[in-house]
Amino acid sequence: MAKLTFKTDNCKGCGLCVDVCPKHVLQLAADKINKKGHHPVEAVKEDECIACAFCATMCPDCIIKIER
Amino acid sequence: MSEKVLMKGNEALAEAAIIAGCRHYFGYPITPQTEVAAYMAKRMPKIGGTFLQAESEIAAINMVYGVSSTGHRVMTSSSSPGISLKGEGLSYLAGSDLPALVINVQRGGPGLGGIQPSQADYFQATKGGAHGDFHMIVLAPASVQEMADLTVKGFELADKYRMTSMILADGTMGQMMEPVSLEYDIKPAPEKPWATTGTKMQREHNIVNSLSLVPEELEKFNIERYKRYDEVEKNEVMYEEYMMDDAEICIAAFGIAARVSKNAITEARRQGIKAGMIRPITLWPFPKTPFKKAAQSVKQFISVELSMGQMIEDVRLATECRVPVTLCNRVGGMIPSPEMVLEAIKEAAKNGGAR
Amino acid sequence: MVVFEKPHALTDVPMHYCPGCTHGIVHRLVAEVIDELGIEGKTVGIAPVGCSVMAYNYFNCDMIEAAHGRAPAVATGVKRAEPDNIVFTYQGDGDLASIGTAETVHSAARNENITVIFINNAIYGMTGGQMAPTSLPGQVTQTSPYGRDVTQCGFPVKVCEMLSQLDGPEYLERVAVNNVKNVKNAKKAIKKAFRNQIDGKGFSLVEVISSCPTNWGLTPQNALKWIDEKMIPYYPLGVYKDRSAAKEETK
Repeated sequence: MAKLTFKTDNCKGCGLCVDVCPKHVLQLAADKINKKGHHPVEAVKEDECIACAFCATMCPDCIIKIER
Repeated sequence: MSEKVLMKGNEALAEAAIIAGCRHYFGYPITPQTEVAAYMAKRMPKIGGTFLQAESEIAAINMVYGVSSTGHRVMTSSSSPGISLKGEGLSYLAGSDLPALVINVQRGGPGLGGIQPSQADYFQATKGGAHGDFHMIVLAPASVQEMADLTVKGFELADKYRMTSMILADGTMGQMMEPVSLEYDIKPAPEKPWATTGTKMQREHNIVNSLSLVPEELEKFNIERYKRYDEVEKNEVMYEEYMMDDAEICIAAFGIAARVSKNAITEARRQGIKAGMIRPITLWPFPKTPFKKAAQSVKQFISVELSMGQMIEDVRLATECRVPVTLCNRVGGMIPSPEMVLEAIKEAAKNGGAR
Repeated sequence: MVVFEKPHALTDVPMHYCPGCTHGIVHRLVAEVIDELGIEGKTVGIAPVGCSVMAYNYFNCDMIEAAHGRAPAVATGVKRAEPDNIVFTYQGDGDLASIGTAETVHSAARNENITVIFINNAIYGMTGGQMAPTSLPGQVTQTSPYGRDVTQCGFPVKVCEMLSQLDGPEYLERVAVNNVKNVKNAKKAIKKAFRNQIDGKGFSLVEVISSCPTNWGLTPQNALKWIDEKMIPYYPLGVYKDRSAAKEETK
């Protein structure tokens, strides 16, 4: 099982990671607002993550750390 | 007594730069300074240095910016229209507090102008020469020996104060031949911990930069820079006084104009007129003190220039307009003759009663 | 086991780019390559003027901020003075293909041993979305409000194609960062461009087709689609010059 860590305060809520995830693990947190004023990304089905790192590949702000 | 060799001004300057430890030269051909580039093209490859003919003056000054960022001594040379192109780089060098030596062998302007000697870039050199608040140390040689000496001095001052030194010469200084001694005691350049040559993973990264988007910070940088300029004004003013002990007519002149004026002063003295000269060697910082002091005893100043009257403004400022300052000038590549300067002295003597 | 994390060569400073701007991806790719080649301690980066003007805050290696368009000249100076340093420039389209065209062309012609990362997003971002030298025919920008009229302002500059006509440069490739596969290819190209410098091969330029969601007026997702639909057809991806590979083939 993979572990996802986000630097949530640096997230700009662009959603590129959400779109690219083949397992639909991620979503933008509609009920949260970070320091920058964005809805940051969160993992909603972390247990389904296959650690393909597509999300991190497309993240422009390098906020995702993936461990297995 | 060191051995003297006969050299052209431009070549003496180039060799002095090499002696001072300059191993990187970037330039673009323009009359009348091309000998500097030609000399560097011959010498640099033989001593493991860089000679590069850049695609433009703009590229050349930015190559200088790059080398200077690494902490090495570096220079470029050009003539008036080319210096205008370098203006952008001069401002960035100042904004990033980088040392460099820039040579301007002036020719007549504005625009394409001509290729004969001129001093019409005085304003450009001494008042900044590009956008933003900044100064360059401006050195004005009046002999081939000084072309060399001031080159060495220019590098030392540039490193000491982290700013650009400019040699403001003219076509005559560049082209004429005189015996010159090139023996110097070159001090090692100061440490440059700010240089960008790689962190070696042993320190925080260095950043060479002139951008600061926070107004309070940018203001602070400007004020700090001007404190350094104050130090330059306090420590580095250079000038020559010639027959000033009892002078009643004082000529202000630099470069070729000063040499012509010396002849005129000799003749004036022979005719019983007490003429003398203050020759600024640093045009910035301008030697204000000797002029101010002279204004107490001198009856009239004559600014002899190869321009429509540029340094005259600094003479008036330095003397606080206490006595008349008149202009004796030729432009467009013309040089005032000793006779013309003598006439100006005689005229001044008549008006001011300095006999 | 760490599968993915921020490369060391990137600082912790949050980047100022707009949401979804792919500058950040390219920054990361450059940093990953610096890490993988183990060259951070001897790398000197040159930042441009434009959106990536503050790139000097984002890379952990020594950095120099150049005047608009002059990065290749500054890089030339650094590399000539310190040939053991690895020197790269990071420039946008206005910087590299408009105001700095001469510096670009001539550093390529000299085969200056530097690495150039060229971000082509067909617009001036920092100043608020004006027409770039690479803006597409018909593209609406702040300074081409009726669409880029090629009869008035000419055609876009295709940098890789143009430079490929020179004998000088070692390596020219155009890549994109609009999907995972393209990002991976972009990294390969960037790595090659750095490795070429280490091997002393000379001028290597990677043109990266990038997005500008804000000034294109598109969502980050649609901006990536626009790259596929509009940008890549006009700016085909691929290797435009690879002198060493060409030599290998003829052997």
